Amino acid sequence: MAPNPGKLNAVEVRGLTRRFGSTTILDGVDLDIAQGEFVALLGKSGSGKSTFLRALAELDHDVQGTGTIATPEKLSVVFQDARLLPWRNVIQNVTLGLSGAAGQEAGRRALAEVGLAGREDAWPIQLSGGEQQRVALARSLVRDPALLLADEPFGALDALTRLKMHDLLRELCARHKPAVLLVTHDVDEAISLADRILVLDRGRFIEDLKIELPAPRDHADPRFAQVRTHLLNRLGVEVPGRRAA
Amino acid sequence: MTYVSAGERRPVLAVERETAPAGRFSTGAGRPRTRRRLGPGPAIPFGLQIGPALLVVIWTLGSAFGLIDPRILPAPWTVIATFGTLIADGRLQSNFLTSSVRAILGLSTGIVIGTALAVIAGLSRVGEALIDGPIQIKRAVPTLALIPLLILWLGIGETMKVTIITLAVIVPIYIHTHNALRSIDNRYVELAETVRMSSRDFLREVVLPGALPGFLLGLRFAVTLCWVSLVVVEQINATSGLGYMIELARTYGQTEIILVGLVVYAILGLASDGLVRLIERKLLSWRRTLAS
Repeated sequence: MAPNPGKLNAVEVRGLTRRFGSTTILDGVDLDIAQGEFVALLGKSGSGKSTFLRALAELDHDVQGTGTIATPEKLSVVFQDARLLPWRNVIQNVTLGLSGAAGQEAGRRALAEVGLAGREDAWPIQLSGGEQQRVALARSLVRDPALLLADEPFGALDALTRLKMHDLLRELCARHKPAVLLVTHDVDEAISLADRILVLDRGRFIEDLKIELPAPRDHADPRFAQVRTHLLNRLGVEVPGRRAA
Repeated sequence: MTYVSAGERRPVLAVERETAPAGRFSTGAGRPRTRRRLGPGPAIPFGLQIGPALLVVIWTLGSAFGLIDPRILPAPWTVIATFGTLIADGRLQSNFLTSSVRAILGLSTGIVIGTALAVIAGLSRVGEALIDGPIQIKRAVPTLALIPLLILWLGIGETMKVTIITLAVIVPIYIHTHNALRSIDNRYVELAETVRMSSRDFLREVVLPGALPGFLLGLRFAVTLCWVSLVVVEQINATSGLGYMIELARTYGQTEIILVGLVVYAILGLASDGLVRLIERKLLSWRRTLAS
C-alpha cells in the first residue's frame, strides 16, 4: 500500500497474486514495510493472510502466482507451532544451521534474552508450550533478522501466557529493531503491538491504519477501544455500541 | 524439497510415550482410592519369568520321575553336563565363533547396504525409481528360496552364507528406514528452509535423526532374520558352526547336543534383541525423558 516516504524499506511487494486452482487468494497486492516497522496483518480465516506471509518467506513453492517481492537477506520466521526438532536439545534448536563457537555464544545470549538461560540442555518435550515458543523466538533472533515474519505465533498459547509473550516480543523488537510482519486474528494483539495494522479481505488490503497510541498501550484507553471497534467493523464483526465512558 | 505430499502431514514419529502411572487420588490413608476397572490390572512382579520357569519345572519333574523319554527330551542335568563336555573339548566355542563371524559379517554388510539404499531412495526421486521396485520384488521372494541360485553362483563356501544373511537383512532395514524418511514431517523441511540449512546440515540435523526410530525398528527385525538365515545356511552344506553341530547331532541321535544348540540360539536371540533395545534407549533418549 502507501509507500513510506523518506524511509528505507525492508519489504517491497508489488502486484502479488496467488492462486490455488481457480480460487484467487491474493489479488495483486502492493505493500511496503519500512525498516524497523511493526506491521500486524489482520483478516478473517481464509482471507489470504497466511498465504501472504508464506509468499514473503518463500515457502510457497507449489502455489501459482505472479508479482515481485523484495525482502532482506536476513529473514526469520516464527510459526504458530514452535517447530522445534524433538531430537535436538534447546541450544541446538536455537543455533540450527549456525556453526562454531560464535553461534553457540549467540545462542546462549538469545536464550537468556527470552528468559530461558540455564535450559540449554533441556529437550523440547520437557518444556511448556510457552517456553517452546520462546525457544522459537530465540531461534529467530539469533540470526539477527532485518525482517521477522510471525504467523499467529501465540495462537496456540493460553491467554495468560499470550500476554506475557506480547511483552517479551515488544521488548525484543525494541532492542533488535527488525521489521515485523505479524499475522494474527486477534485484534487486541494487533493493536497492542503494532505500529501499523493492515486488514486483508478477499485477497486485497482494505485497511491500512497507523496506530499512534503511546506505549504501553492500555486496553482500557478509550482510543484503544475506538480502534478496536473500527477494526472489528472492517473485519465484518458487529460491535454493540459502547457504553458511555 | 518435499518429503510428504501436501495435506498428508503425518507427525514424524508416533511418539510412544509410556503411559504415565495412573494418578493417585489418595484419601487420608494415602492409598490408591480406586483400581482401574477396565484393562488387565496391575503388573505381577517377575510376570515375564513365570511362564518359562514353570516350563523348566515341568521338564525337571517329568525327567526326574521318568515321565519323559530321554531320547525325546533329555533331562535338564544331561543338557547341562553336555554343555560342560562341549566346552571342555572346545567344540562349542569354535562352532560358536564361526557362527558369530558369519552373523556379524552378514548383518553389518546388510545394515550398511540397506541404510544406504534407503537414504538414496528417500532423498531422490531418481533413486526411488531405481531402487524401490527391485527391493519390493526382493521382498516378495523369500531369501531362503534364493539359496539354490546362490550356491550355483557363489559355491557353498562362506561367501554364499554371508550373502544369504546380507540379503535377508537388507529388506527390513531398507523398508523401515525408507518409510521413516518418507514420513518426516514437512513442517521440519520448511523450518530447514527458513533457517537456510545446507543440504549436509539438513541431512545431519533433520533427515537422519528423523529416520532413526524407523531404522532401529528395522534393526530389530534384521537381527531376528539374521539368526534365522544363519540356522538355515548352516544346516545346508556346512562343515562348521552351530547349525552344523546340531545337524551332525541329529544324524547320531544326540538329542542333548541339539538342545544345547537350541539353548545357545535362544540366548543369542534374546541377547541381541536386548542389545538393540539398549541402543534404542540410548539414542532415542529425547523421547523417553518424560516417561522416566
